[in-house]
Amino acid sequence: MNRSLRPLLATTAIFLFAYLLAVIQHPGMLSTRVLGNFLTDNAFMGIAAVGMTFVILSGGIDLSVGAVIGFTTVLIAVLIMWLNLHPLLAFAIALTVAALFGAIMGAAIHYLRVPSFIVTLAGMFLARGGASVLSPDSIGIQHEFFSSVSKSYILMPGGGRLTVIGMIMLAVFAAAILLAHRTRFGSNVYALGGSETSAALMGVPVARTTIAIYALSSGLAGLAGVVFSLYTSAGYSLNALGVELDAIAAVVIGGTLLTGGYGFVAGTFIGVMLQGLVQTYIVFDGTLSSWWTKIVVGVLLFMFIVLQRLVFRAGTRRN
Amino acid sequence: MTRPTADIRPSSQPPHPPARPIYTFFTRPQVIALVAVLLVNWLLFPGFFTITWQDGRLFGSLIDVLNRGAPVAILAIGMTAVIATKGVDLSVGAVMAISGAVAATLVSSGVPATVAVLAALAAGLLCGLWNGILVTVLDIQPIIATLVLMVAGRGLAQLITEGSIVTFADPLLVFLGTGSILGLPTPVVIAIVLMIVATLIVRRTALGLLIEAVGVNRSAARFAGLSAGTLLLIVYTFAGFCAAIAGLIVAGDIRGADANNAGLWLELDAILAVVIGGTSLMGGRFSIPLAVLGAMIIQAMNTGILISGFSPEFNLVVKSAVIIVILVLQSPLSARVFRRRPDGRPGNPQ
Repeated sequence: MNRSLRPLLATTAIFLFAYLLAVIQHPGMLSTRVLGNFLTDNAFMGIAAVGMTFVILSGGIDLSVGAVIGFTTVLIAVLIMWLNLHPLLAFAIALTVAALFGAIMGAAIHYLRVPSFIVTLAGMFLARGGASVLSPDSIGIQHEFFSSVSKSYILMPGGGRLTVIGMIMLAVFAAAILLAHRTRFGSNVYALGGSETSAALMGVPVARTTIAIYALSSGLAGLAGVVFSLYTSAGYSLNALGVELDAIAAVVIGGTLLTGGYGFVAGTFIGVMLQGLVQTYIVFDGTLSSWWTKIVVGVLLFMFIVLQRLVFRAGTRRN
Repeated sequence: MTRPTADIRPSSQPPHPPARPIYTFFTRPQVIALVAVLLVNWLLFPGFFTITWQDGRLFGSLIDVLNRGAPVAILAIGMTAVIATKGVDLSVGAVMAISGAVAATLVSSGVPATVAVLAALAAGLLCGLWNGILVTVLDIQPIIATLVLMVAGRGLAQLITEGSIVTFADPLLVFLGTGSILGLPTPVVIAIVLMIVATLIVRRTALGLLIEAVGVNRSAARFAGLSAGTLLLIVYTFAGFCAAIAGLIVAGDIRGADANNAGLWLELDAILAVVIGGTSLMGGRFSIPLAVLGAMIIQAMNTGILISGFSPEFNLVVKSAVIIVILVLQSPLSARVFRRRPDGRPGNPQ
C-alpha cells in the first residue's frame, strides 16, 4: 500500500464511520434525497475549496475567496438587473474579473515577495469593499434563465435531486483531479509547495505558476459566486462571509499538508462532505444548536492537524 | 537573567539605535501619516480638534478616535509580540467574544464583578496558552494553529451565552467600557498603561531581544541556548490576555456579550495596525508604540470616512489601498529602487 495515500484513507474512513453513526441514529439520513441536498447546499463551498487546495498545495493561503464570492454575486446581479445583460454573458464577465483579480494577487505575492496571507487579506478587504461600493443593499435577480436553471435537476433513484449546481461542483472536482495529477501545471504546483528554491532550480516557471495558481483560486471563487447567485437568486456584498475558513478547514480535513507539496483534491471533496454531514446531522437531530457546527468543525480541524503531524513525524523518523 | 551584549544580535538586522533624540520620533512615517489623516479630518470637519470638558470628562472627536481605537490598539500590543516571533494570531477576535461571554454570563448569574473579570482574563490566558501549545509542542504553523480557535472560538462563546446576547448593568463592567479615569475614557487609559508596561518589559529587560532572536531564526535561537518554546508560549498567552481585555471593553461598551459580532474581523485590523507600525512580518523587528500608533491611524481613517459621509464599507477599500502601499514600500523591489537613487546616496544605511 502506498504510504502517501494514508491520510486520504484516514479521512475517508472517518467520514464513513461518522456517516454510519449518523445513520444508526437517524435512518432517514441514508437516502439520495439527503445526498442530493448535501451536494446542492455545499456546492459553492466545495468549488471554492478546490481552488484553495491548489493554493495550499503550493504552500500559500488565500483569505480572499469568501469576499470574491460575495463580490461576484453583486457583480452578476448588477450586470443582469441594471444593465440587462444575459446571465451567461454576466457569468463570463464575472469569471474573467475574478480570475484577473487572482492573477494580480499572485503577481503581487511573487514580485513583492510578501506572504500570501497578507496580500490576499488586502484582496479580501478590496473585494468586500468593492462589492458594497457597487451596491450596499441586496439585489434580487429575476430572470427566466435563473428560474429555469434552479428548477432543472436529474432525478436519482430514491427520489433525490441532483441539481445543476451540484453537478457543477462534481464536474469541478473531476476536472481539478485531472489538473492536479495529470498535467504539467499540477506537477509544478506540487513542486512549488515542496520547495520553491528547488522548484526554480528544476526549471519550474515559478512566476507563471504562482500567478496561475491564484488566478485559478479566484476564478473558482468566481464560479462559486455564480453558483451562489443561482442558489440564492440574489447578489449581496456580505454573501459567503467566512467561507474561506470553511474552505481551508475542508482542505486540511481532506489530508492536504498545510506546509504544501502534499495532498489530494479528492481528499478536499471528503472534507467538504464531512462538514456537510455535521450540518445535516445537527439539522436532523433538532435539539443541538447551530453553533455546535463551528465547534465540531474546529475539533475536526484540530484532530486532522495533529494526525498530520504524527504521520509526518513517523515518516521522517523512518528515513 | 543577565542582559546579553549587543554582539549576539542577529547580523542581518540593524542594531537598535541607542537613545535617539526625541525629535526623530516626529519624523517617523507613521507619525506623519497620522498627522496627515488627522489634518484631512480637520479639513472635512472643522470642529475635529475641539475638545471640551463636560461632566468631569473630556469630549471631542479626537478623544473619540482614541476611545474607539483602544480595543484594536490593545489587540495590536499582543499581536506585535506574536508577529515579532514570525507568527500570527488569527484567534484574537474569537477570544474577545469568549472573554465577553464569560464575564457577561457570570455577572448575570450573580457572581461578583471582580471575579467575573478575573475569570474572563483567565479564559483569555487559557486560549492563548492553547494556541501557544499548538505552536510549540505540536509545532504547527501559527496561522493554522490559531485558525482552529478562530473557527471554534465563536462556537464556544455561543455555547457559554447559550446563543443569546447576554446583557448586564454591572457598574464595574460598564465602567471598563464607557467610564472615565481623570477625564480620559477608561479604554484609553487601559491601552496606554498596557502599552507602557509592555514596552518597558520588552525594552528594559532582555525579553524583547530574545523575542527578536526567536523571530529571526527559531532553531538558531534554540542552539544559542534560548528556550524558544517557553518564550513562544509566553508570547501567545500574552496575546490571549490582551484579547481578553479588549473583549471586556467591547462587552462593557454595549453592556452585553454578543458572541456572533464581538471582535468580528478585529484580528485583521490588529494585524494591519502592527504592519503599519513597521513590524516585519518576517519576524525579528518590532515596535509596540508604533503598532498602537498604527491602530490610531486606522481609527482616524474610520472616523474620517464616517464624518465625510461615505458609507462605512468604503473603509475596506481604503484599508486595502493602505496595505498595498505598505507592501510595495516594504518590498525588496522598492528597496532596490531607493538604493539606486540618481545621486548615488544609499537609501538604506546598513
